[in-house]
Amino acid sequence: MSAPKSKSDLPRQLFYVLIVRPVLMILLGLSVRHLERLTVKPRQIIAANHNSHLDALVLMSLIKFHDIPKVKLVAAKDYFCKTPFRTWLSLNLIGVIPIERNAAEGTDPLAPVIEAIEEGYTVVMFPEGTRGEPEKRQPLKYGVAKLVQQMPDVTVTPVFMHGLGKSLPRGEALLVPFVCQVNVGEALSWGGDRAAFIALLEKSLSDLEQELAPKGWD
Amino acid sequence: MFSLIPSNPVHLSIAGVFGVLIIASAIVYFLRRNDTENHYGELGARVKSWWFMIAIFSLAILTSPVVSVIFFAFLSFLALKEYFSIVPLRKADRRALFWAYLAIPVQYYFVANGLYGLFIVFIPVWVFFLLPFRLIIAGQTEGFLDSTAKISWGLMITVFAVSHAAMLMQYSNALQGHVGLIMFLAVLNQGNDVAQYVWGKLFGKHKIVPKVSPKKTWEGFIGGALTTIAVAGLIAPLLTPFSLPFALFMGAVIAVTGFIGDVTFSALKRDLQIKDSGNLIPGHGGILDRIDSLSLTAPLFFHCVRYFYYVG
Repeated sequence: MSAPKSKSDLPRQLFYVLIVRPVLMILLGLSVRHLERLTVKPRQIIAANHNSHLDALVLMSLIKFHDIPKVKLVAAKDYFCKTPFRTWLSLNLIGVIPIERNAAEGTDPLAPVIEAIEEGYTVVMFPEGTRGEPEKRQPLKYGVAKLVQQMPDVTVTPVFMHGLGKSLPRGEALLVPFVCQVNVGEALSWGGDRAAFIALLEKSLSDLEQELAPKGWD
Repeated sequence: MFSLIPSNPVHLSIAGVFGVLIIASAIVYFLRRNDTENHYGELGARVKSWWFMIAIFSLAILTSPVVSVIFFAFLSFLALKEYFSIVPLRKADRRALFWAYLAIPVQYYFVANGLYGLFIVFIPVWVFFLLPFRLIIAGQTEGFLDSTAKISWGLMITVFAVSHAAMLMQYSNALQGHVGLIMFLAVLNQGNDVAQYVWGKLFGKHKIVPKVSPKKTWEGFIGGALTTIAVAGLIAPLLTPFSLPFALFMGAVIAVTGFIGDVTFSALKRDLQIKDSGNLIPGHGGILDRIDSLSLTAPLFFHCVRYFYYVG
C-alpha cells in the first residue's frame, strides 16, 4: 500500500519546515536520541507522552519534508475544532484527525483513526489522553491497544519527550525556553493482550525517560 | 595585484586558523585509516565540529559590528537556556526565568552602544536585586535562596561574562577594525583548551583535581599554558597593540583563567551528575561545554586590556 499524497499538502509542508521547525530550533532547541527509529511508513502508530500543546509541533518538526503529507495527528475535536479558524488551521496546516472525547453511545470515536491507517497514513497519538500535570506521566488509555488489536500488523513506535511541559505547560500562555529532549524507542508489536500491550508501552516509555534522566521541577 | 597571502591582519589570522584545522583534519584522517576499533571516532567528530564553529564565528565577526553583537547575544541565549535546562529549578521560577532571558537583549544593547557604565552594573546590581523581587512576587518562599543563587550564577556566567568578549569591540582601531582583540581572545582561549587536551593526552600523568576532572593533568596544563603563551607572543603584533611582555602576560592569564573556568563547570556537572551540558555540538557536548573556559577569561582579559591600554 502506498501512502497518500495530494498537492494540497504543500502549505502544510511549508508551514512545518519554514515556520514551526526554525522557530522551535531557535527558541527551544531540540536534542533528539535515536532519530533513525522515527521512520514514516504505512501501518504505523507513533505514541508519545503528552505535556504541552507543543508536543505535536515538535514531533512533526522531526519528520522529513517529503514525509510530512504521510503523517496525521490524533487530537481532541472539542479543542482543535472549537472555532472555524482553528478548525481550518488544524485540518490544513497542523494535520489533525479530530476525534470526539465523549462519543455518543454506539459510535466508535476511533473510527476516523482506523480509516486514516487503512489509507496508509502514519498516525501520531498521545495515549495519555490529557496533558495532565506537566512532566508527570499519566496512566495510558486503552485506545492505542484497541487499535492494534483490530489491526495486529500495525506497529507502535514510542516517543518520550521532556522539557515542553516546562516551556509551555497547561494553563500557561507565556513560553519560557528550555531545551526539549526527545527519545525514540523501538517499534512494538501486538502480543495478543490489551493489558500486556499497554504495560509494554508503559515500560518502553519509562525506559526512554530513564535514559534521558531529565531534570523536572524541584 | 592578487596575492595568496591576505594583507588584512584579521584575515591572515583566520587563514592561519583554517590552516591549523586542515592539518588537524589530515592527522585525524590518517589516524582513522586503520582505526577498526573506533578509538578516534570522537576526535573525528570534534574536528568536524570545529570546522562548523570556526566558519560560523568567522562569518559572525567579519560581517559587521552589529552582526558580531547579535552573534554573542545568541551565544549567551543558547548557554543560558542550556544552563536552565540542566539545573533543577522550581515551577514558581518560570516568570523570573523569562525575565532573566530578557536581560540578554538589554545587556547587549549596552555592548552595541559602548555604554560601559550600564554594561558593568546592569547584571551584578540591577538584575541581581530585581530578579529575586520577581521571585518574591511569585510568593513561594521555600527554596527562595536556592533559586535566587542559581539564576544569578547562570546570568553572571552565560551573559555577563560572555558579553565581555563582545565588549572588546569598543577598542577598535584602523588596522584591525572591531575584531582584533576578539580574535586574539578567541584563538588563545579556544586554542588553550585544545593545547591542554593534546598535551594531556600525550604526556598526562599527574592529576591536578582528580575528584572534579580526572583528565586534567599538570603535564597538560603546563604544556598547554606554554603553548598559549608562545602563540600569544606570535599573534599579538598581528591583532593587538600589545608590547611583547604584555602579550606573553595575557597568554598566561588566558591559560590560567581558562583552566579555572573549565574545572568550575566540571564541578557543576559533577554536582548535577551529568557528563555533558547538552549535545548541540557533536564530539564536544553542549554550548556550555565549549564556552566554560571563557566564563572567567573574558572578563579578566577585558579588564586587563582596559586598565593597562585604554583607561590606565
